[in-house]
Amino acid sequence: MSTTTTHAPAGPAPAGGSAFEPVMIGFTCNWCSYRAADLAGTARIKYPPNVRLIRLMCSGRLDPAFVLKAFAEGADGVMVSGCWPGECHYIEQNIKALRRLTLLRRVTEAMGIEPARLQLLWASAAEGQRFANEVGRIVEEVRALGPLAWGRDGARSPGSVEAALALAATGSSDPPPVSPADIDQPAPALAEVTA
Amino acid sequence: MSSAQERIGVYVCHCGSNIAATVDVEAVSEWAGQELAGRGVVVARDSKFMCASSGQELIEKDIEELGLTRVVVAACSPHMHEKTFRGACARAGLNPYLCELVSIREQVSWVHSDRAAATAKAKAVIAGGVLRVGEHVPLEPLRVPINPTTLVVGGGIAGISTALEIADAGFPVHLVERQPSIGGHMAQFDKTFPTLDCAACILTPKMVDAGMHKGITLHTWSEVTDVKGYVGNFTVTIKERARYINAELCTGCGICQEKCPIRVQDNVFEAGLGFRKVAYMPFPQAVPKYPVIDGPNCTYFEKGTCKACEKFCPTNAIDFNQVDRDVIVEVGNIVLATGFELFDARRIEQYGYGRLPNVFTSLEFERMSNAAGPTNGRIVLRDGVTEPRSVGIIHCVGSRDRNYNSHCSAICCMQSLKFAHLIGDHTDATVHNFYIDIRAPGKAYDEFYQRVLEEGTIFVRGRVAEVTDSLRLPAEADAEGRLIIQVEDTLVGRQRRIPVDMVILAAGLEPPADAKETARLFGISCSSDGWVIERHPKLDPVATMTDGVFAAGCALGPRDIPASVSNGAAAAARILGRIQQKEMAIEPVRATVDEARCSGCRICNDLCPYNAIVYHADRAVTEVNPALCQGCGTCVAACPAGAISGTGFSDAQILSQIEGLLMVSASGQLREVVPA
Repeated sequence: MSTTTTHAPAGPAPAGGSAFEPVMIGFTCNWCSYRAADLAGTARIKYPPNVRLIRLMCSGRLDPAFVLKAFAEGADGVMVSGCWPGECHYIEQNIKALRRLTLLRRVTEAMGIEPARLQLLWASAAEGQRFANEVGRIVEEVRALGPLAWGRDGARSPGSVEAALALAATGSSDPPPVSPADIDQPAPALAEVTA
Repeated sequence: MSSAQERIGVYVCHCGSNIAATVDVEAVSEWAGQELAGRGVVVARDSKFMCASSGQELIEKDIEELGLTRVVVAACSPHMHEKTFRGACARAGLNPYLCELVSIREQVSWVHSDRAAATAKAKAVIAGGVLRVGEHVPLEPLRVPINPTTLVVGGGIAGISTALEIADAGFPVHLVERQPSIGGHMAQFDKTFPTLDCAACILTPKMVDAGMHKGITLHTWSEVTDVKGYVGNFTVTIKERARYINAELCTGCGICQEKCPIRVQDNVFEAGLGFRKVAYMPFPQAVPKYPVIDGPNCTYFEKGTCKACEKFCPTNAIDFNQVDRDVIVEVGNIVLATGFELFDARRIEQYGYGRLPNVFTSLEFERMSNAAGPTNGRIVLRDGVTEPRSVGIIHCVGSRDRNYNSHCSAICCMQSLKFAHLIGDHTDATVHNFYIDIRAPGKAYDEFYQRVLEEGTIFVRGRVAEVTDSLRLPAEADAEGRLIIQVEDTLVGRQRRIPVDMVILAAGLEPPADAKETARLFGISCSSDGWVIERHPKLDPVATMTDGVFAAGCALGPRDIPASVSNGAAAAARILGRIQQKEMAIEPVRATVDEARCSGCRICNDLCPYNAIVYHADRAVTEVNPALCQGCGTCVAACPAGAISGTGFSDAQILSQIEGLLMVSASGQLREVVPA
């Protein structure tokens, strides 16, 4: 992989508009949320084009490194989606994804990435409309935050997970780091994470 | 980076105008050929229909002539045509797993309307596919043996039809039914629309066939409690509830039922309209022919005495010591024919069911009009003697109503027309039908509607507001003791209050209350209202997304008897095809452990829901059993040493895909690359 190069962030807004268009990665599971996306398509339900989907077999496959890689490559937000708790095709692996994501958010927050940039969405294979609505909501939340500014060199994405971690370690004074008190707060409740 | 050495072909599909209307397909294809050349793309083409034979031949020809080593097709969802394009690659000698289908239809053109933004996203999706496919490795599908035995869950007409089709072809079937007898709802009906065949006359021979068939093992009064395994190799636990009857000794003479002193209301078979004994067969033609003793209502279990049934049983078949037992069966395929439940009409309080005695549900009326039912086929009011002079049938009760169920229950129009005809047949009553629309699309259905119209049934178009026994107008004085149906007659354009003696509510069909638990148990998806989701609603209507699990009948949604029987036959045909093949290929999506890198930390050990991960204490390494692994990838993501890899969804593939997806900006430009 070309880890020696660095991509500039999202690039110019589309012609005619001055609005910031976030670029986002959406992880879906093969059984529920990707099928929900398929269903939204079959039903021609419109939602914003900002999220680019990756199909995993299960949300449990989500390696935290995938999320960090997406942010490092310039994504302004990441959406992780899977089957509803209790409806996982693999019994309960979506709960493991939830567990990982809850921890990962504390890392990304410590790196200065706003919580709204990393969102979790449960959607069953029947919820095409809900999938579309939620993607719309998440895109607007990320749009409101603006481009992801990395450390002091706000204009550039770090290009690799390693560089992102280094940037988080060295460039954390501006914007100021999350205080230890914040870090010691209990993990967000399920409702908060899924909201 | 391996993709630099690969020779990649990119094929972008117009899908007629399905994609091309929103995505500039030619521009995307041209862009991929130029801008992704540095990523190994040697050819990029577009085609009206990639899935057509001409499109597939395009790929095959390029593989042969240009020596392609990887193929990316940008078209519809992989759930639609992944197999098609993998097949094309295989025919040209390229390992099918070196082909990646990326979706620019369901995930792009169909859900976006801004052409520039959709075109930009299509470029990103293709770049993701191109970078990803460079990391693909040749794979061979796993071949699994198919156990020739099939499990059918639900003994209604759909389940019986499925079981008979498979057993008649010479393969064993386990048929599981929750009630004491197979037969399902059809056994409760009197006549069937539109032919007015007697339901019992056409159903009971099928029930007997299923009961007598050497290939069919009946498990009645039973439920499936556990399902393990995968297509071809399921291990299913069936809980057979204690009947307190020794099936070996019972002759089905019925003396226990006759001598049992306790009568309880029969809320299942008689829909609450009649009674049954505690030792009972739900109906005379029940299959199997031996009764059950309803433990919770039995005096012996309550007080320790009685045993009247035991005293009189001529063959000593009563066995109060029986306990529930688990039967474990190995099956290759499963068919869910779990049927429906009737909408609880009490939920619509203004229709008065449960409060006004002469309001009946459709199922109650089925039992009432049945010659073997609680009134011996006489149509009478709740007092059991008075024949109604007028009857109102209310359609769409709990259906087509966003307060309850949005769906159309499909059968109630025809059922209501049948009721109107039967009332005319048995009584002199006037019949009013209150409908929203009459839906009679089946063979000879509309002809039946015309016949009922000609018989003098009155049709009022409008949703009924209320059924009440309180009189409001002076003209209603002579309606004392009757019911008033308040309705807006939308064809006349005014409110009407119509007095009747009896009201029948055509209650809708709902999924069984435990439909979601059933879905979970069998690892399938159901819609938010609880119907089983088909693999494809049109082209694969009896399969589910879980290989080896099929569905038939009303489990899939409301449908009539002919459709349920066809579903059963279709599911059977699908399964028989697999049994004949003896083995089938399944996706080689599995986790494997590189023992050299495994530190034996055992973090992955507790993550597998299938117990596919085994730890070898002697070598201090972990191993994944590929036969049990289902390929979810949770352990792959958890391994701190990166020792576990997932075929088909490896770290390298996904990381490359992320990189590719983010190469393109929101406006479709390759994002500026700045040296670090």
